[in-house]
Amino acid sequence: MSPNGSLEARYPGTAGPTGMLRRDAWWVEPLLTVLGLGGFVVYATWAGFQNAFYFVDPYLSPFYSPCLSSNCEHVSLPLIGRWWNLSPAFLVLWIPGGFRLTCYYYRKAYYRSFWWAPPACAVPDVRTGYSGETAFPLILQNIHRYFFYLATGVLVFLWWDALEAFRFPDGFGMGVGTLVLLVNAVLLSLYSVSCHSCRHLCGGRLDVLSKAPTRYKAWSLISKLNEHHMFYAWISLFGVAFADVYVRLVAMGVIRDIRFF
Amino acid sequence: MAASEYTMRIWRGDASGGAFCDYRVSVEPGMVVLDAIHRVQATQANDLAVRWNCKAGKCGSCSAEVNGRPRLTCMTRMELFPPGETITVTPMRTFPLIRDLVTDVSFNFGTAKQVPPFQPKPKEPDGTYRMQQEDIDRVQEFHKCIECFLCQNVCHVIRDHPEHKKHFAGPRMFVRYAALEMHPLDTDNRLELLKEKMGLELCNITKCCTEVCPESIHITDNAIIPLKERVVDAYYDPLARVFRKLTGTR
Ligand code: SF4
Ligand code: SF4
Ligand code: FES
Ligand code: FES
Repeated sequence: MSPNGSLEARYPGTAGPTGMLRRDAWWVEPLLTVLGLGGFVVYATWAGFQNAFYFVDPYLSPFYSPCLSSNCEHVSLPLIGRWWNLSPAFLVLWIPGGFRLTCYYYRKAYYRSFWWAPPACAVPDVRTGYSGETAFPLILQNIHRYFFYLATGVLVFLWWDALEAFRFPDGFGMGVGTLVLLVNAVLLSLYSVSCHSCRHLCGGRLDVLSKAPTRYKAWSLISKLNEHHMFYAWISLFGVAFADVYVRLVAMGVIRDIRFF
Repeated sequence: MAASEYTMRIWRGDASGGAFCDYRVSVEPGMVVLDAIHRVQATQANDLAVRWNCKAGKCGSCSAEVNGRPRLTCMTRMELFPPGETITVTPMRTFPLIRDLVTDVSFNFGTAKQVPPFQPKPKEPDGTYRMQQEDIDRVQEFHKCIECFLCQNVCHVIRDHPEHKKHFAGPRMFVRYAALEMHPLDTDNRLELLKEKMGLELCNITKCCTEVCPESIHITDNAIIPLKERVVDAYYDPLARVFRKLTGTR
């Protein structure tokens, strides 16, 4: 963005220079975010629509877990009857999707990179009007903790899937896929536990932490993890996409799952 | 090590307008941007206005923007920049310019006055207050603030949308509100004020305040987001309200 007239109007009375004076590569971070998040959303939507190659015994893709409809290849919980004839992924994807959409870290990431409010620090907002999170629809971000509850439920199923991944048709065993699903569950757990709402609910909301020693311990631990919430957000995003790709390729017969035992 | 030459491109002007002026200065190893500005002032522009006090990163007076980034000029080493480079130094953009690099930061004093003061609970029978270290750790981080107002300056809510100045306390004040709200002895509740009048919800947690804070206070993660979560408790979480009613907890 070059210095321009419309910016001048934005700083009435400040009388200093206008325009964008940063000379470093401030655009790299938003660009990488657009590529990373955009790429994930495109892939997850595509994978959700496929409605195939999401299960290969004993591996269930995390995009389809828990599998709730009876049209599923591997039903986790038969909640939805035959009438549901779309991809079972859509019955669950909205939960992790909503959890990440309302996550404090991802909000920062997409407000900056997609919404350009602001694109980077000391780089002017692209739009002249601004209402932050005071009005609909962004006021709905306050729902985040409810998505945290729901996502925790999904996480229980993903751990279950990781354990099930030891149960091959020919008995107990372990393959690369088992490891992939296990790592996926660990990464997603780190992401969930380090959540700001989780931190608040576990202890942050108290003023006198010394009177609640267990909650103080939980809060202290979560606070440490919370410092790396952005890292867990990204690595778990890649992890979950990789787990789906892995199961998909094995199910399609493109690659062969290596059995350790 | 020998001295290096730099061009300091400094904004010169006042409320009626101004322009950039270039000054060539030689810089010895160890010098900071504020030193280079002082050298310009001593040798080429005696009337250059610049505010400073401690030259130790503790008084928060020398805030400005160096190559477009809000910084303490006394803590920004010249070695950061390759010799020969042109370094742009401009006043903080969010506040009205008085002269050259000096801005009128009274906006911040105004929002500070609006913070309802500490309201401690009654003293214990022996006439003292007691707190545990774990209750006060969080708050101590907030007390590191040196009031440089770099966070207020970089915050796009008022930097790019000055119409919000009348109802936005800003990140520095959110740090102060958080210190009071989380204080184990304080009895006041400032959440309604924060939500309705201080613009907590105007903040979109994009973290520029945290990025520029010279005291490395985790403004967004440790002050603003916990305050937002407390506002959710009070205004946007019907389940929690029912739960609190049923269990009689706060
Ligand atoms: S995180 Fe909020 S308060 Fe801090 S600079 Fe960004 S919008 Fe302003
Ligand atoms: S919070 Fe940090 S950036 Fe803001 S005024 Fe205090 S020291 Fe400066
Ligand atoms: S998941 Fe990121 S803040 Fe809750
Ligand atoms: S002069 Fe005191 S902080 Fe820079």
